[in-house]
Amino acid sequence: MEWETVIGLEIHAQLNTKSKIFSAAATKFGAEPNSQACAVDLGLPGVLPVLNKEVVSKAVKFGLAVDAHINQRNVFDRKNYFYPDLPKGYQISQLDWPIVGEGEIEITLGDTTKVVGITRAHLEEDAGKSIHDLYDDFTAVDLNRAGIPLLEIVSDPDMRSAKEAVAYAKKIHTLVQYLEICDGNMQEGSFRCDANVSIRPMGQEKLGTRAELKNINSFKFLERAINLEVERQQDILEEGGKVAQETRLYDAVKHETRSMRSKEEANDYRYFPDPDLLPVEISDELMAQIKQELPELPQEKKARFIAEFGLSEYDADVLTSQKPMADYFEKMIVNNADHAKLCANWIMGELSASLNKHQLELVDAPITADNLSLLVNRIGDDTISGKIAKDVFKAMWDGEGSADEIIEAKGLKQMTDIGAIEVIVDEIIANNAPQVEQFKSGNEKILGFFVGQAMKATQGKANPKLLNEMLRAKLS
Amino acid sequence: MSLSEEQVGQIAYLARLSLSEEALQSNTKDLNSILSLVEKLAEIDTDGITPMAHPLHMTQRLREDKVSEEDQSESFQAIAPKIGKKHYLVPTVIE
Repeated sequence: MEWETVIGLEIHAQLNTKSKIFSAAATKFGAEPNSQACAVDLGLPGVLPVLNKEVVSKAVKFGLAVDAHINQRNVFDRKNYFYPDLPKGYQISQLDWPIVGEGEIEITLGDTTKVVGITRAHLEEDAGKSIHDLYDDFTAVDLNRAGIPLLEIVSDPDMRSAKEAVAYAKKIHTLVQYLEICDGNMQEGSFRCDANVSIRPMGQEKLGTRAELKNINSFKFLERAINLEVERQQDILEEGGKVAQETRLYDAVKHETRSMRSKEEANDYRYFPDPDLLPVEISDELMAQIKQELPELPQEKKARFIAEFGLSEYDADVLTSQKPMADYFEKMIVNNADHAKLCANWIMGELSASLNKHQLELVDAPITADNLSLLVNRIGDDTISGKIAKDVFKAMWDGEGSADEIIEAKGLKQMTDIGAIEVIVDEIIANNAPQVEQFKSGNEKILGFFVGQAMKATQGKANPKLLNEMLRAKLS
Repeated sequence: MSLSEEQVGQIAYLARLSLSEEALQSNTKDLNSILSLVEKLAEIDTDGITPMAHPLHMTQRLREDKVSEEDQSESFQAIAPKIGKKHYLVPTVIE
């Protein structure tokens, strides 16, 4: 039987505020255990939560960016369950009146685009962290994470493959970084994905029973976990079984998902409005102010890169897919507006390849945008060839100095002296009579041999364009 | 609407309350009598009325995003039943 996969994602984006959502404790990552958990986070008697204004602004920014309806009146609820890292016995969340209502976002897969619906996005506090393997007979609890602000972004079940789910997750990941509301760090848990996966016979309207996949901390694992789950469900259904509605943990090491039984029976969270918090009313003034602060969004930036710098759709898409990359490009372009395409090529080519090779993020690149811009300038003004530039790039990467310093120190300046090149070319032609014959009898490819010889003789410094023209003129 | 003893038992379990057979019966009776009182509300036309989220007609005050809490973990941990090196310790929870 042919099956159709249906996927919806729940993304938890940690909002990058200085203090927590309901308390004035710090949110720094990696602090000493429990050093950033105050009386409010610990749920000690007599404390009252007070909502952080920045949390509201950041959630609204997200809502505006996905064309969502903003619920200017929204309400916090208690989600009740027992777990050691949840000291109050409830998590403050939003159920019936979330801050962000229905919205949508466009994803691109190859040549096709698709609109994915966003059901809602609501604010909630994170729980603490339980560590099970630190002590033999105890579970250790670190409450630094308790009360960290989260925006839970819930999609409609609109994705039909693991690839689509990854494209959507990446799009949201890019967006929250553009908006500067979340640092997007998946290793540190600032951006987490849960996937609701079900399958149904192709053409059937009714949705199948879904399983919720948790503990996915990279896009690669997201794709793998979904594909694994689809296979598992297919096997069950094709053998005449039934898929159980349950939460399953993904284990990246063993590449398997396993059932979290404990979560099933406690699925009744008995939500009710939190009497400690009054309904939130976002004023029209605050809405207007947030709208004004909204930065340029990825789609807008892409359109501008195409219009302003004449980049191709593809190049503009790649450059804007990550905010740091777009920023890098814009810095390069300040002194290099005439060579936009060349700048784009160098970022997407040499720079990206070197970053990959050394497993570095763009922000940690040893070559600044200004320095790479200078290098591109030297290609543009014919000081060096593109080929020599790669050597200069490597030296820059290794910290040997700026482009100009390296070109000077290594004597890499391109030969543009026609006379000097002519002497070399004449000599090569005189010494390689058989190849000259081949060219004259129509073997165009042999021209490469002459170019190679000339480059060898000049240590790659001959201007390639000049060289090609001269060789053609002299050989024919 | 009324609740069965089984439902009340389930609610008690979710709240980690241990009820004796006797307490379960009397609680079920009390809860059902409260529910029947609340049921009178069903007679009123509530179309177009925003459900009440809070009895006070006020809205939430917002706090500036500033860190003002210092690390007081030492005094908090002084009253904790058990602590390790900076961690609160609880009986092992197996997931």
